[in-house]
Amino acid sequence: MTAQVYKWIGTRPKRPDGADKVTGRARFGADFNMPGQLIGRVLRSPHPHAVIKSIDTSAAAALPGVRAVVTAADFPEQENLIVPAGEMQVNLRDVTRTIMAREKVLYEGHPVAAVAAASEAIAKQALALIKVEYALLPHVIDVEEAMKDGAPILHDHIRTDGVQPVPTKPSNIAKRIENLKGDVAKGFAEAEVVIERKYTTAPVHQAYIEPHACLASAAEDGQVSVWTTTQGHFQVRGFCSRLLQIETSQIRVTPSEIGGGFGGKTVVYLEPVAIRLSQKSGKPVKMVMTREEVFRASGPAPGGAMTVKIGAKKDGRIVAADITIALQAGAFPGSPIGPACWCSMACYDVDNIRVVGFDVVSNRPKVAAYRAPGAPISSFAVESTIDILAQELGMDPIDLRLKNAAMKGTKTHYGPVFDRIGLVECLEAAKNSAHYKSPVKPGHARGIAAGFWFNVGADSSAAAHVGEDGTVTVISGNPDIGGSRASLALMAAEELGVDYDKVRAVIADTHSIGFNFVTGGSRVTFATGMAVVNATKDAIKELRVRAAKIWGVDPEGVVWEGGKARPAGHNVGEFEPLTLAQIAAQAGKTGGPINGHAQLNAQGAGPGFGVHIADVRVDAETGHVVIDRYTAVQDVGTAIHPSYVEGQLQGGAVQGIGWALNEEYIYNAKGHLDNAGFLDYRIPVASDLPMIETILVEVPNPHHPYGVRGVGEVPIVPPLATIANAVARACGTRMTSLPISPPRLSAALDAAPKLAAE
Amino acid sequence: MSDIKYLAPGTIEEAVKAMQAAGGKGFVLAGGTDLLVQMRSGAREPQTIVDVKKIPEMTTIEELPGGGFRIGAAVSGAVIGEHKKLVAAFPGVVEAINLIGSKQVQGRASAGGNLCNSSPAADSVPAMVAAGVTVQIAGPNGRREVPVEKFPTAPGRNCLQPGEIVVSLTLPAPAAGSSDAYLRLIPRTEMDIAVVGIGVSLTLKDGTVTAARVGLGAVAPTVLLVEDAAKALVGSKLDDAALEKAAAACRAACKPINDKRGTIEYRTKISGVLLKRAAKIAAQRASGATVGGTH
Repeated sequence: MTAQVYKWIGTRPKRPDGADKVTGRARFGADFNMPGQLIGRVLRSPHPHAVIKSIDTSAAAALPGVRAVVTAADFPEQENLIVPAGEMQVNLRDVTRTIMAREKVLYEGHPVAAVAAASEAIAKQALALIKVEYALLPHVIDVEEAMKDGAPILHDHIRTDGVQPVPTKPSNIAKRIENLKGDVAKGFAEAEVVIERKYTTAPVHQAYIEPHACLASAAEDGQVSVWTTTQGHFQVRGFCSRLLQIETSQIRVTPSEIGGGFGGKTVVYLEPVAIRLSQKSGKPVKMVMTREEVFRASGPAPGGAMTVKIGAKKDGRIVAADITIALQAGAFPGSPIGPACWCSMACYDVDNIRVVGFDVVSNRPKVAAYRAPGAPISSFAVESTIDILAQELGMDPIDLRLKNAAMKGTKTHYGPVFDRIGLVECLEAAKNSAHYKSPVKPGHARGIAAGFWFNVGADSSAAAHVGEDGTVTVISGNPDIGGSRASLALMAAEELGVDYDKVRAVIADTHSIGFNFVTGGSRVTFATGMAVVNATKDAIKELRVRAAKIWGVDPEGVVWEGGKARPAGHNVGEFEPLTLAQIAAQAGKTGGPINGHAQLNAQGAGPGFGVHIADVRVDAETGHVVIDRYTAVQDVGTAIHPSYVEGQLQGGAVQGIGWALNEEYIYNAKGHLDNAGFLDYRIPVASDLPMIETILVEVPNPHHPYGVRGVGEVPIVPPLATIANAVARACGTRMTSLPISPPRLSAALDAAPKLAAE
Repeated sequence: MSDIKYLAPGTIEEAVKAMQAAGGKGFVLAGGTDLLVQMRSGAREPQTIVDVKKIPEMTTIEELPGGGFRIGAAVSGAVIGEHKKLVAAFPGVVEAINLIGSKQVQGRASAGGNLCNSSPAADSVPAMVAAGVTVQIAGPNGRREVPVEKFPTAPGRNCLQPGEIVVSLTLPAPAAGSSDAYLRLIPRTEMDIAVVGIGVSLTLKDGTVTAARVGLGAVAPTVLLVEDAAKALVGSKLDDAALEKAAAACRAACKPINDKRGTIEYRTKISGVLLKRAAKIAAQRASGATVGGTH
């Protein structure tokens, strides 16, 4: 679909991190060590909700081999101030309480103290010697329970924001937001068909394979070095700076290779604790979470409760939508309720929309971002309702969506007007796909759903350094979680007109490149990509200056084409073109090193849309769902490295399938998580899945030099409803609660005939 | 935290002595796929580990006169899965053992270890119950035999006395016209623990069931031998009425709990569903037709 012809963009060279990863040479968070390092371990609350009456660490501190003990008393109080971090808004008062509980513990697994000792065994022994006196409080886990009058209150200072008059009593509802477009009552009055349903989704974890891990070394002169697995080392630096009151220039954070993040590594848990332990002990401190700690105490995605009411004309034109979404933020406010509300109806051009959202605290770990935070949850509810509407109207579900699809010029219910987007193209590609055109096998059924994510831009810095042999290093500051190094090198090679293997992209630490916002929001290939393009252009400008110097002409008389400096025209003079290598070889004589730099706040991130198709079969006796075929269609702008883009679509689809079918946090009556491990927290295994087919639709983003749109988040949005819609069509039973696990589906199937009889 | 004594005796007698000497703090190491994980999580803290993989009797499969087999307790699932005669005679037992863990785990995990771990959801045990396996035990007072269904006594507990170890598992010679099958229900397709597991062993003559045994797992504190289900099948040609009667017997035998893996209602229902499916597979195998095995 792209009119542009590129030499490198759109090719599939070998991934630059591939060899290191398959040989085990790559260093992940737990692979960093220093001489004399101590091992840090965290003591965690066994209770979901309790007042900390006292903590006695004296016996632990006295244990031979223990070098430091910290509690909340070792971290300064923070003011009640909201600052942006990643795709979430965070409150430093709450962040410091997430690192280390203060007055109260708010979830099972909440840190209350930490030790640094000569060995892990001693550290564990020391934890057992710390005496914490708790006064237990009633707890609440479920989002709807937490909203009820009389629910146990987590925070006495919270008054529901966004409600007038300002409430006088504390509430677990931290915030109410509302998006309104048109006149919803008028819309429903015009409707000929109205569908209304209630939905719930279970809380799920990002389930990155690599647990949180870091090494911190605080030197006697105040300088701090941190090696950590993160999606944003500049954010780690920023958080540690504020939480520990250390100037940013004193903290150098180096990101490791990352074993998955998916949004969950945009926050800090261990790093400030490890730094404090290092400061107190005078030794480097290494901390690695166990899988159980990852489940009990790192940020999952929220569970949600939603009602969706949609009104339409008999021809399928949707005239009104009224939606309520409540998301479980966990122990502190800050669920992705905004994005959940905004994404809910973003696929559709509807005149009358009201979306009301609630951000609700409960006794669970504070949520963190997870791929398109909030969007899969609200989209599940809306896309399920639209499927019911299609069934009610007897319409093809793709045709119904085409009839209402958002396009360039559509004003969204949350404000922005879309520029060029590719939803219609995706729906058409899905409709024309081999999958959709194939007959549905006997005993199977087909479901589809659409999905949306804005994608973001924001701050990036980059540099392009020309080596003395004319090869180029591209330096930026975003951990590579999905192939960004390859994409950045491809864009630099395209810009320079040199071969891909002459360009190496690396990720610099916080002291070695300017600020980069987190790797999140599907922003890196877009925003950092733009910074790399600009840094490369800056280097090319210098290359032209050097060529001009060699030729003794004005720099304006030199152009850069096909990897060479050439005279801009005959009037400049006749010169043999100079290659990058030739110019680099003479750099010392023409002015020294040749580098390019760029920094920017990228605007114009291209919204992304996707449409997924699934064929499923349901074992009616067991409730087991088998996915026979699955296709993910997405507008990816321009696929810089199509293999990585396809991988993003496949990975997102698989995580969404897990969310739909089996993943859930199971809490017992005591508020303890019963399945804090991969045995009973069931992410899909390879044998659960067919090959995920992909169709890349390329509608270039007009706001990026190569048309890039973010691609990493959209693909987790449609699968939840895609699976639910296919299941509903396969067995006649509509599952409005996730996950659609065998016991739940079996119970619903057994209940269905009774419901019909009533 | 304290040092662990590791011993690798070459004979049963030495192993028993080592276990006896260790008191309650000795643990047998075969594949280690349960023990090492439990040690890492802090659930078990052995003072002595007795590695039995150097004992020939525990690491070999022996064909018995008349068509039976003796499987050393430490023989890995992978070795069992490659034993053609064993697979032909007891496809259900082998498929159950081969469902334990991943490919990598199969290279280490043993049926003896699966039995000694004594989980009610152990995959190999319902199939061994259906096959009429006898457990050979050695201890300070010599050797003894226990029917496999009597071996586990509660979740995580079994009939082994201090100093005793499981040496081997004896599979009796199958009667002509016999075969078996194992099915389990898991939410995924592999790498999971049974929500319900069922082993069915049948002997058929001219299409009529002449003998049957049913082992049912994950629905009670220990794996059950469901004699009423077997009775319902014997004398039938596995018609719908007989299968439903046997399924009802399985449902009646269930004493499950509600937990993270399934509800009482679900486990009870599925025990009947899997009984019917496993009985049909065992019957087809007994009649000579080959049928794909697992869920």
